[in-house]
Amino acid sequence: MIRLEKRPAPSRFWAGLTPVLAVLATMAAGAVLFAALGKDPVEAIRTIFWDPLFHESFAAYSRPQLMVKAGPLILIAIGLSLGFRAGIWNIGAEGQYIMGAICGAGAGLALYPSESFLLFPLMVAAGALGGWGWAMIPAVLKTRFGTNEILVSLMLVYVAENILASVSSGLLRNPEGMGFPGSRNLQQWAAAANPELIANTGMHWGVVTAFVAVIFAYVLLNRHMLGFQIRLTGQSPRAARFAGVDPARLILICLGLSGALAGAAGLFEVAGPAGQISIDFGSGYGFTAIIVAFLGRLHPVGILLAGLLMALTYIGGELAQLMLGLPSAAIQLFQGMLLFFLLAMDMSANYRVRIGKPEVA
Amino acid sequence: MNLTTLLAGAALALGLAGAAAAEPTKVGFVYVGPIGDGGWSYEHNQGRLAVEEHFGDAVETIYQENVPEGADAERVLTQMALSGADLIFTTSFGYMDPTINVAKKFPNVKFEHATGYKRAENVSTYSARFYEGRAVQGTIAGRMTKSNIVGYIASFPIPEVVRGINSAYIHARKVNPDVQFKVIWAYTWFDPAKEADAAQALIEQGADVILQHTDSSAPQAAAEKAGGVITFGQASDMAEYAPLPRVSSIIDNWAPYYIARTQAVIDGTWASVDTWDGIGPGMVKIGEISSAVPEEVKAEALALKDAIASGAYHPFTGPLNKQDGTPWLAEGEVADDGTLAGMNFYVEGLTGDIPQ
Repeated sequence: MIRLEKRPAPSRFWAGLTPVLAVLATMAAGAVLFAALGKDPVEAIRTIFWDPLFHESFAAYSRPQLMVKAGPLILIAIGLSLGFRAGIWNIGAEGQYIMGAICGAGAGLALYPSESFLLFPLMVAAGALGGWGWAMIPAVLKTRFGTNEILVSLMLVYVAENILASVSSGLLRNPEGMGFPGSRNLQQWAAAANPELIANTGMHWGVVTAFVAVIFAYVLLNRHMLGFQIRLTGQSPRAARFAGVDPARLILICLGLSGALAGAAGLFEVAGPAGQISIDFGSGYGFTAIIVAFLGRLHPVGILLAGLLMALTYIGGELAQLMLGLPSAAIQLFQGMLLFFLLAMDMSANYRVRIGKPEVA
Repeated sequence: MNLTTLLAGAALALGLAGAAAAEPTKVGFVYVGPIGDGGWSYEHNQGRLAVEEHFGDAVETIYQENVPEGADAERVLTQMALSGADLIFTTSFGYMDPTINVAKKFPNVKFEHATGYKRAENVSTYSARFYEGRAVQGTIAGRMTKSNIVGYIASFPIPEVVRGINSAYIHARKVNPDVQFKVIWAYTWFDPAKEADAAQALIEQGADVILQHTDSSAPQAAAEKAGGVITFGQASDMAEYAPLPRVSSIIDNWAPYYIARTQAVIDGTWASVDTWDGIGPGMVKIGEISSAVPEEVKAEALALKDAIASGAYHPFTGPLNKQDGTPWLAEGEVADDGTLAGMNFYVEGLTGDIPQ
């Protein structure tokens, strides 16, 4: 008889191995899917994972684009992982990302056409503050009234999307845009732009900040009292309370930090790659970052790698559509399988397979 | 150097030249929705298929669907240009700045942006005068409504959409002075669930005619379910809902334009232009008016269509006032394209505000 037995502690070996196995399983299942669609599966998998990095005519462009795509994912996921480790579930990073972009861009546009070198730092601060403020709503409601932060933060995403639509066609609309919605293009305004810092590297301030956040989170979790409290609360809330951890304080800090990072990511995106506040600005980074956080095992270095991998599937997926004519739904399915297999493989970390009769406890 | 290598070199050069001549022209298309949306992106893709059929092996087409407007569009366009496309059609308004940015980096690639207003040496713009179709639609709607309430599912508050509402309203009121328009802003081009909700809300408010400026056929399905409500196909014919609830449609017909522009690239005569065609040149077509519409209403609608096609009648002909009562067009005066292109006001009689 085969049965599953819960491990006394999650296996470190399997915890490290499962993301790799999940990627391999996704490749295998994806190959079947692509073959069923009548495409050469090997070529499709190669186009997604290999061509963005090494294809002779695309790689020079798509390698830096990996950074551009991964930057906001990593930045948001780092913030989320702190809360997730402590069992504080901020699902509304997308809303905080949007509000950060609106507040940051709004602060800049209010001073148009200033050329001060302080403008961009001010916009970053306003963006982070906007995301922080939006995250404080579920945080305060939870600490004060015991509401569920999952629901509140998620619902606030839809509120943020409607605010975005409103300011795009109203408050922040480009007065020279002939009545079309959308703000001025920040890329074309040197003091407010977030350009590539070194040509053809894809590195903009948001990517730099993402790398700094990875290091910061690593130090925080391993060397700092707060990091210890976060990990302890996640593993055993009761023990944490006995150890003097103030749960309300931890909720405010974790939601606040993740909100501020998501807000900053939004500002870097709106001032850089996106260029303008528009109705379709929110492109799902806040939700994808949740997948990145879990794919990276909530570990800062893991998140860095997971963010890059996720970006690779996006860009490779686009190439596969372009070169092989794969439908976009197939690519989304492929990305979804990645999370599915990761969660399925997690079983191996928490359970082990036993053959034989159950032992008497 | 001996004779063999020389000959081999010549043969190689000839071979290369031959290959270059046979190299097909590559035409790329970027769609904002899925090609199966049954509306906007579907019709652009029909245009792409027509290009393939017309040119056969001389042209290769590539496309990408579901491309979000913004940063992702810029990357998709760059990759398309890198893959060797000679001509790229970007088929949504939100691709405007990305198209201009990428066109700067690839001066040898020609770009065509739909519904925008920014052009460059290698960027053309093109759009269709959908408001001409709206005039025909408004006439049928005004004649057919019994509750005198016409529901309108609007997408985004941009001039193109506002123009459509105005045109439909002007012509509905012309045949039915008691008609009222209720407008819902869906803030989406394609979202079946949202569109169905909007249609439902309008029907509950008493609307028995639903016009839509969104691309899915979800409002048609909602109207069919409710019964006693008529609709019009948007962007594509949506004939599967005929004869009821769909009584007619506005069809975007991009194929002739796409074929002409591809031919221009092949001939080397492509130049940056601004095209805005309507019913006359065939870019806007009126889908068959179904048997649910009485003969005299059908004849009236078709007469209006013919008058617009021949240029005898312009849908925005005075006297017309703006919503606040200030005069816009004097008796017999016709709106100029500049005002129409940036239209951000309702005409007199429409209620509610354009979201600001």
